[in-house]
Amino acid sequence: MWILRSVKSIAGSDAIRPVLLMLIILVAWDLCVRIFRIPPYLIPAPTYVVYELVNQWPMLLRETLPTLYATLGGFALSALVGIPLAMLIASSRTIESYLYPILVFSQSIPKIAVAPLFVVWFGFGIFPKVISAFLLGVFPVVVATVLGLKSIDKDMLDLARSMRAGPLRTFLRVRLPSALPSIFGGLKVSITLAVVGAVVGEFVGSNSGLGYVLQVANGNFDLPLMFAALFILSMMGVVLFMLLDFAEHLLIPWHASRRDEFAGQT
Amino acid sequence: MSAPHVAVRNVHIEIRGLTKTYKSKTGSVPSLKPIDLDIDKGEFVAIVGPSGCGKSTLLKLVAGLLPATSGTIRIGGANVKEPIDDIGIVFQSPVLLPWRTVRDNIMLQIQMRGRRAADYEEAVARLLKTAGLEGFEHRFPWELSGGMQQRAAICRALVHDPSVLLMDEPFGALDAMTRERMNAELQRIWYATKKTVLLITHSIPEAVFLADRVVVMSSRPGSVEAIYDIDLPRPRDLSIMGDPRFVRYTQDIRKHFFAQGELDH
Repeated sequence: MWILRSVKSIAGSDAIRPVLLMLIILVAWDLCVRIFRIPPYLIPAPTYVVYELVNQWPMLLRETLPTLYATLGGFALSALVGIPLAMLIASSRTIESYLYPILVFSQSIPKIAVAPLFVVWFGFGIFPKVISAFLLGVFPVVVATVLGLKSIDKDMLDLARSMRAGPLRTFLRVRLPSALPSIFGGLKVSITLAVVGAVVGEFVGSNSGLGYVLQVANGNFDLPLMFAALFILSMMGVVLFMLLDFAEHLLIPWHASRRDEFAGQT
Repeated sequence: MSAPHVAVRNVHIEIRGLTKTYKSKTGSVPSLKPIDLDIDKGEFVAIVGPSGCGKSTLLKLVAGLLPATSGTIRIGGANVKEPIDDIGIVFQSPVLLPWRTVRDNIMLQIQMRGRRAADYEEAVARLLKTAGLEGFEHRFPWELSGGMQQRAAICRALVHDPSVLLMDEPFGALDAMTRERMNAELQRIWYATKKTVLLITHSIPEAVFLADRVVVMSSRPGSVEAIYDIDLPRPRDLSIMGDPRFVRYTQDIRKHFFAQGELDH
């Protein structure tokens, strides 16, 4: 009985649940590979992948860094360009009608198709990868920030006006804080897409980074290595996402989704 | 105790030939027919009318939040073209900022005006006491009941000590019991602060209970249909709602809406 109860209490913890699910999936994966005798060049068993991860760890870690830098650079650029751009769009109907359609248009261009151009323009360094990560990451930031800035209560703006506050004061004290939850929503989507963007950049012109590792492993039918690289990429996305979640937690503890714990603290 | 305006007239808010027409793609929609209204200093005036009669428009015009199509509004002799310092507004929803405590929400009024918060600590404390919010100043709005949130909004409207308080259906979102209690509270706050109050409401009992005068507006385009002097002793107790004179007033006012068709509720 106590075993059952302790299993239950472990499953009851928020941090454990995703790990538990991962374990279940891994076991199922392993069983499927064994039962249906799937050859490793189609789907490698998880044990192979883990083996590869451990064996190739120094190389994988070395190749992770350029991808991480490109991702962070692209994400930072997304935030630095995307948020002010969204402010501009939200500030005027005229600007919105000029900019928004072009933005949506540009977003619909497949990045993988234009990525080779960046190599032509910017060479083989980290810059074209940053641009690629930025192009994928900026759109959700703009959309979410525009939404956040525009969905402010009309009465709230009337109130600010009745207090005779200038546009800057209204923006800093009322508009921006009330848009923060939305902005963070956009940033969280952006960071995961920035990872994808960085890899896309590495696909087309690179001799380093996890995207390059994926490319090479794919060419050699080295599926365990490919899966290992994919695993690291996913973990990178998860960790970056969690960091943002933590920042959100610190910055907007008042948001409806967090009120229970917040009220508990005060 | 008699209503202040019965003594010497001391006009505080002067509305002359005020009209408002909204322009839309399909043409212009008249919202207010020419309105003339004088409100005395320290007077409590309530405006009742069917929904869409432009009573909220009238309030926004007085607040300087909307430009008038024609006519003038003067508050304390000064022409109102845009929001002036001398008013405080309470909306139907409390519109409190969720990331600010009750105290900081009240202080918003001071900070947005670029004044020094330190100069108003005393005023905030006094208002919190008057509104029965003592001990809640460090709570967040979402930790308070709807009635308390609206009381915090009233404090915010009064903290910079304006002489005019404008209220746009402030208790419309509250349940009936809380609403009656808030009416009694508002009367008490009005007594303590001696503001000129313009209250928009669609509750006839609320209007009669609180006001020195009740202005009845006709449906769109809105105009003043009748004005009732509410000659009931003050301070009024909630039990006055059973008084035959009180009932008479509400019946008389309600007749206007039966004649017009409907009163929203």
